[in-house]
Amino acid sequence: MIPEIGHFALIVALMLALIQGVLPIYGAARGNAVLMGVARPVAVGHFVFVAMAFACLAYALLTNDFSVLYVAEHSNSQLPAHYRFAALWGGHEGSLLLWTFLLTVWTVAVTQFSRHLPQEMVARVIGVLGLISVGFLLFMLLTSDPFERLLPAAMNGRDLNPLLQDPGMVIHPPMLYMGYVGFSVAFAFALSALLGGHLDATWARWSRPWTTVAWVFLTLGIALGSGWAYYELGWGGWWFWDPVENASFMPWLAGTALIHSLAVTEKRGAFKSWTVLLAIGAFSLSLMGTFLVRSGVLTSVHAFATDPRRGIFILAFLVVVIGSSLTLFAWRAPKVGLGGKFELVSRESFLLCNNVLLSVAAASVFLGTLYPLFMDALGYGKLSVGPPYFNTVFVPLMVPMVLLMGLGPIARWKKANIPDMWVRVRWAFGASVVIALLLPFVLGKWTPLIALGLLLACWLISSVLLDLRKRMLREGGIKTQSRSYYGMQLAHFGVAIFIIGVTLVKGYETERDVRMAPGDTVAAGGYTFRFDGVRALSGPNYEGKQGRVVVMKNGQPVGQLFPQKRIYDASGMPMTEASIDAGLFRDLYVSLGDAIPNSGGAWAVRVYYKPFVNWIWAGCVLMAMGGVLALSDRRYRIHARKKQETHSTEHTATHEASAAGMTTGSKPA
Amino acid sequence: MMRFILPLVVFLVLAGFLYVGLGLHPHEVPSPLIDKPAPAFSLPQLDQPAKQFSPAEMKGKVWLFNVWASWCESCKDEHPVLLDLAERKLVPIYGLDYKDKPADAQAWLNTAGNPYKLVAQDTDGRVGINYGVYGVPETYIIDKQGIIRYKQIGPITMQNLRAIILPMVHKLEQQP
Repeated sequence: MIPEIGHFALIVALMLALIQGVLPIYGAARGNAVLMGVARPVAVGHFVFVAMAFACLAYALLTNDFSVLYVAEHSNSQLPAHYRFAALWGGHEGSLLLWTFLLTVWTVAVTQFSRHLPQEMVARVIGVLGLISVGFLLFMLLTSDPFERLLPAAMNGRDLNPLLQDPGMVIHPPMLYMGYVGFSVAFAFALSALLGGHLDATWARWSRPWTTVAWVFLTLGIALGSGWAYYELGWGGWWFWDPVENASFMPWLAGTALIHSLAVTEKRGAFKSWTVLLAIGAFSLSLMGTFLVRSGVLTSVHAFATDPRRGIFILAFLVVVIGSSLTLFAWRAPKVGLGGKFELVSRESFLLCNNVLLSVAAASVFLGTLYPLFMDALGYGKLSVGPPYFNTVFVPLMVPMVLLMGLGPIARWKKANIPDMWVRVRWAFGASVVIALLLPFVLGKWTPLIALGLLLACWLISSVLLDLRKRMLREGGIKTQSRSYYGMQLAHFGVAIFIIGVTLVKGYETERDVRMAPGDTVAAGGYTFRFDGVRALSGPNYEGKQGRVVVMKNGQPVGQLFPQKRIYDASGMPMTEASIDAGLFRDLYVSLGDAIPNSGGAWAVRVYYKPFVNWIWAGCVLMAMGGVLALSDRRYRIHARKKQETHSTEHTATHEASAAGMTTGSKPA
Repeated sequence: MMRFILPLVVFLVLAGFLYVGLGLHPHEVPSPLIDKPAPAFSLPQLDQPAKQFSPAEMKGKVWLFNVWASWCESCKDEHPVLLDLAERKLVPIYGLDYKDKPADAQAWLNTAGNPYKLVAQDTDGRVGINYGVYGVPETYIIDKQGIIRYKQIGPITMQNLRAIILPMVHKLEQQP
């Protein structure tokens, strides 16, 4: 019964989404306040019904209702309860439901935090979000119903993919989807501005906080995914340039460009049509990512079940959403005037370079991801594009990017002066060069790439600190600067930390793949690892072996590691659980390969010494914290307070407007 | 004006590629062993470990070589199809029990039925590696000369049995 209620709730939600998508937009075009007024209540109702469907599927999973196909395929009665809940997004149908649910959460957030905006704008934004939801609900109901029954019911489920049975995986997809879906708000604001024909600075001001929130979630989501790959796949890698990873990275690049371009549009009125295009692009790439992951057109380690019918549907949806928004763009954008003028050397041009570099980076990731598909489609055979391509293309793009990151914040709007700026940064730059040249010798190995990475990181840190110091000394204390300024500097500082992590782990890591019998030792990164053999291990839904590795430094034991090899009962899938001794300056990483037959208990063991690897994720967290700091800026809090004050007046206004609408409506023909 | 239409044009070209891409099968990596002689081996038989099986014995026959294991879930989906095929006696099926315990494998065949003429026991998976097995189940069609003509990755379904495997077996049987 409960699954049928869920299914029915989805159908009701589809109806409400249709109303939400059509009436307010039509009302905004006609200036009809009643129709526009429909937007908020319908959006809330839409949310309630999707949430109900979400709860029904969660209930079916938690109560082990194996008469529901989705539950039988992605859960198991032996699976711990929190993973049964996480199985909600462990499969195709459930993750679509999560997508739609988060979309309605964002929509309700828009209805709550946009009371100070003009009614037409809000009506159009909520309408566009409703139309997107129509697409996803139709997709679910027509091709991927999460509530499909399995009759007769299965005795037990096939279990959640063991790769996903991990705490990181429980929160990774919701975070990532919050980011993906969040860009739909910026997209809806951009379309709303195009529809209304008011492409001025105001839409940029309104969509900035939303874009930043989405970006924060996406940043954390990607970092979690990367951290998960690091300890769960057992290879010690943290980024594989896999199509599915790229699918999340492309919207991130476009979103990062968008955040910067929105700043220019808001502050200077420049880049207006470009910013709109980026807002469309960031969301389109999110949708495209969903398509690539869900349709099976690309091969990936993330093997998802695929169905050609689904592929056709998502492609049609993509063509409708992206095609119509780009058509609208082609139609309306030429009428937008040019923004504020700026000189060749100015903060605007620095941000323009940032945008160009980020967009080219996104485009090259896109090209690399889809190149195998293009070649195959043109009949040139099957090939794959690997990390060498991405690293070759990406590093040269990021070097000028980071160099300009140090200069951008100190440049003036409109016209900056190069000699002035040089005077301000020359010591920072000089010191960075010296450190970058010398530090690798201290660390033990000098290569051009290590020096380059350190140069970029030092340059970024020193220019951030220099600017902070200057502003505090000259302009009177810490309070004078806005929180969005500190947020920006914190995020840039995070990039520097990230670069240090990447540089040092690439430059100084030690990886040993060895055959170890009990008692054997292997050295890596100044530590000695002694393998003490394995013992049997039994978990709730798996059996396995747990090895013991004693870590020694200078002959003294400093720790123990317990890598596991698990075989999950239901799927028979073997899983490697690496054991990591994490630290601020290095990780000691041990994972078990396979047992070597007839060798008296010897195993293939991977022993890694990973210096500064945690700085990679720490950098991402700092970037996200920068975003949060910027969001807590005074001007957004002022809006919130103003909202409280103007609430009553606005209410009367709406009331009058709707009264007016009623009169027009009931006028005798 | 043109520059504002450009994004749309680029997107439409891309959508065209994606449409074509949907019809392609990126997972079907052509096996390098197609049209090459089946790698030789000699392995103990599952039910009579004292006896050996070698593909050389199969010269002059078209046969299916099915890689499976008792731990493999998709093999269980495939099993009824194999039983049905064995019953119809259209083509002999030989099994390779890949990285599996003989006792488990025998127990599974005893309960679920045995479609195989004979099963070779590849406990350490070395023969599987020579055949380029990277997922179980996989099935090879081997012709009268001992040449691999086709490789099916993943379970055989009724559809691809009818559409690909049986027509190919039939065709190969016509050849000398």
